[in-house]
Amino acid sequence: MTLESKYGVPTVALHTEVFRTLVRSVTRLRGMPQARYLFVPQPVMGKTAGELTDYIEGTDPVSGRPVWQEIIEGLTLDLPPDEDEIARLKFDRSTPRMVEPATEDELQQLFLDNDWTDKLPIVLPTEERVAAMLAATSHKSDEVLGHMGHQLHELWEYTVEKVAVNAVMAGARPEYFPVILAMAASEVSARGTSSSSMATMALVNGPVRNELNMNAGIGAMGPYNHANATIGRAWGLLSQNGGGGSKPGITYMGSQGNNYGYNNLTFPENEERSPWEPFHVEHGFKPGDSTVSLFSNVWSTAFTFGLPEAHWRDHIYHMLRGMDPSCKPVFVLDPLTARQFIDRAGFDTKAKLIQWVYDTALMPAGEFWDYQIVKNYVYPRATAGEEPFASKLAVPPDELIHMFEPSEIKVIVTGGESNAYWRLMGAVYRKTVSVDAWR
Amino acid sequence: MPDRVSVYNPMGYPPKVTLKGMAPRLEGLDGKTIYIIDPRFDDSGLFMEQLQDVFARRLPNVTTRIVQMSNVYHHDDPKTWEEVQANADAAIIGVGH
Repeated sequence: MTLESKYGVPTVALHTEVFRTLVRSVTRLRGMPQARYLFVPQPVMGKTAGELTDYIEGTDPVSGRPVWQEIIEGLTLDLPPDEDEIARLKFDRSTPRMVEPATEDELQQLFLDNDWTDKLPIVLPTEERVAAMLAATSHKSDEVLGHMGHQLHELWEYTVEKVAVNAVMAGARPEYFPVILAMAASEVSARGTSSSSMATMALVNGPVRNELNMNAGIGAMGPYNHANATIGRAWGLLSQNGGGGSKPGITYMGSQGNNYGYNNLTFPENEERSPWEPFHVEHGFKPGDSTVSLFSNVWSTAFTFGLPEAHWRDHIYHMLRGMDPSCKPVFVLDPLTARQFIDRAGFDTKAKLIQWVYDTALMPAGEFWDYQIVKNYVYPRATAGEEPFASKLAVPPDELIHMFEPSEIKVIVTGGESNAYWRLMGAVYRKTVSVDAWR
Repeated sequence: MPDRVSVYNPMGYPPKVTLKGMAPRLEGLDGKTIYIIDPRFDDSGLFMEQLQDVFARRLPNVTTRIVQMSNVYHHDDPKTWEEVQANADAAIIGVGH
């Protein structure tokens, strides 16, 4: 669309058929309802040259017309303006503040039918409940908190009031609201659109964990604590509603979906039982600060039990080598395991563990550059000269290169010490934000 | 008769739609130069090579040139757009997935 409108170059765009609804939606909402596009069968990836030629010489699976003809017409035939479509696009799309009054059963069904929920029953956001939620912050209800949206779609705006509405829906208590506001202010969406079905994770640190009776012990990452469950759920609902929706085929393209989306892996760090400094202190905050740290691109979880004396190095090496390099290693350790890393390996700081992981996670350059997500998202940056990628691209294919940068490797301690099981999540750390700023 | 309840709408606020103009279409393709833009995503490069071959076979009087976007596909790419504007009569941008 930029080529057309800004550079004056007639352009045709080719997409795969599975994106038909998304493409139509994006072109309309970006102001070019008559953008010229056409579709070929899904997938393109993995097909042979002959198969791809057949796509071009064949039929558009959406329109039923010859692809080749649509390409030529897209570059040579003018379309008359669709006045009805233009009128529709100019229609005021501002969101009403309230919903038409109805019975509780009717409203539960309305919220479900409108895709305003995570398909679980919600707490209806009445004026009384929302007012109680808003009383838990010093910030004004009409303050614009941020924008969220979808990778190729538009960014929607939300206020403190909108966050309160979604927090009520999630079942959160007013005292949880500053944490939820901090998550909303981060503008990290818990409803990504990626066809990869990525999820998100949130880690709470500081005194607020105990103020809210969050659980960092047995069951910390499971459905066993009201604050853990509803804070994460509120983040998800705000992300989908505040960000313009999360509807499969239009604003959500995750091919398989991700069950982490129900509470977005929200839990506190077990600072009291961790042998190391808390996560937020590691990232520049004071121990007495309350924060929430957001992670996106949560794609994978590996798991093992403790650090067996003979082969723990090999075990961890294989867990790391089994990761797609686009998933960054986040060690989520029970406190028992954290102490084993000190007793067995001498890692008396998180920094020493991170350095060892950096040094250990090596793979041949040729293999690294053959991962599809690396090809899509890292290779173009390497060819643009961005470091450290450019240097990794310049070495022979057999040379071992680091899979991750030290700053990408994270360590979290949580759990109740019933046993030394631990996880290696694949996730990308985004930022740590203050909760105190939203009290 | 159940009571009727008043509740808030949870949706955020969408941006205004700003209509954008389109470039005029070409009168024909004979003798023209078309840039085929590869966003470097999910084997789009192989697809664009086949598209170029089809052009060579079907419309030998059309010059095509494949260019790759400078960076990841979702970044704006003024360097590539300016090259296309300077050298092409039209463009085709395409797929991966």
